[in-house]
Amino acid sequence: MTEFLDVLRSPWPWYVAGPLIGLMVPLLLWLGNKGFGISANLRHACAILLPDPVKPNFFRYNWRAEKWNLVFAAGLLLGGLVAGGLLANPEPTQLSAAGVQSIQDLGVQVRPGLVPAELSDLSRPGVWLLLAVSGLLVGFGTRYGGGCTSGHAITGLSTLQLPSLVATVSFFVGGILSANFILPLFLAVIL
Amino acid sequence: MSDIPGVHSEASTPRSATALPVYLLVGLYFGVVLVKSEAASWYRIQEMFRFESFHMFGVIGAAVVTGMITTALLRRSGVKSRDHQTIKVTDKARGWKRYVYGGLTFGVGWGLAGVCPGPILTLLGAGVWPMLIVLGFALLGTWLYGALQNRLPH
Repeated sequence: MTEFLDVLRSPWPWYVAGPLIGLMVPLLLWLGNKGFGISANLRHACAILLPDPVKPNFFRYNWRAEKWNLVFAAGLLLGGLVAGGLLANPEPTQLSAAGVQSIQDLGVQVRPGLVPAELSDLSRPGVWLLLAVSGLLVGFGTRYGGGCTSGHAITGLSTLQLPSLVATVSFFVGGILSANFILPLFLAVIL
Repeated sequence: MSDIPGVHSEASTPRSATALPVYLLVGLYFGVVLVKSEAASWYRIQEMFRFESFHMFGVIGAAVVTGMITTALLRRSGVKSRDHQTIKVTDKARGWKRYVYGGLTFGVGWGLAGVCPGPILTLLGAGVWPMLIVLGFALLGTWLYGALQNRLPH
């Protein structure tokens, strides 16, 4: 029993996890001609929450037709509860030696969990700032760019969409700049 | 289904064969994979953007190759979707500006807190409550785009 639990708690190698993610594209197409993507839910949430008089046109559409996407998002929460809550990996993420070194250079310790304690410590105002800036850029950027990792990098590339290739390359350029240059400066100030 | 102003054409499909709870299960499946692949791990995202491990490139690469092959097979097979429609992939709008500017903006955000929209929700489910701040500001960012849309290059 404990051995079985150990298996459930351990992470999966890329050659298992990757194909399971790729299967999302044909699965959702087959289930109801749905395009696999998550960030559109942020738009649906705005469409639901914004009061009519102040609602920009971008949010005036029938979000009820996209209910499946909201239910899918609820499923993601549930998946997090099951895999990351009940069956959380008790070991720290098995990073490469270089990865561990870089994380330590940032002033962050590699401990069990998916998010480092330093970046979820809300007693530091700097952490609020980091999370807020990150969230703002993710929300703005995914809508401006018309999708996120699932919509462009997985679905778009899988279905040979040139715009998705442009978007995916841009995500990575942004991420590389951010992780290597912006984040170290940010953390040097806030930690 | 009742008619609401501003409905786009896809909204008027006669009925959906797949009940909503099925999408909850699909979401659950994806959430579990996001955790087990460690794509929802801040550490892994940092390692990826520094090219210090193959792991995330393997995950994304294998996902794209699998998606490409299985989607092509599904479309060629002539199988209908469960609501008896021809399987169709909606093409992304043309242009490049929005994809470059929007993509760069999202990428910078992704590199900071290490989360894209899926993992924000999955981490919340896992009890990482600070993700509520990320989610709240992601909604604000989405609204900001909606408010500024007509003034941005696309």
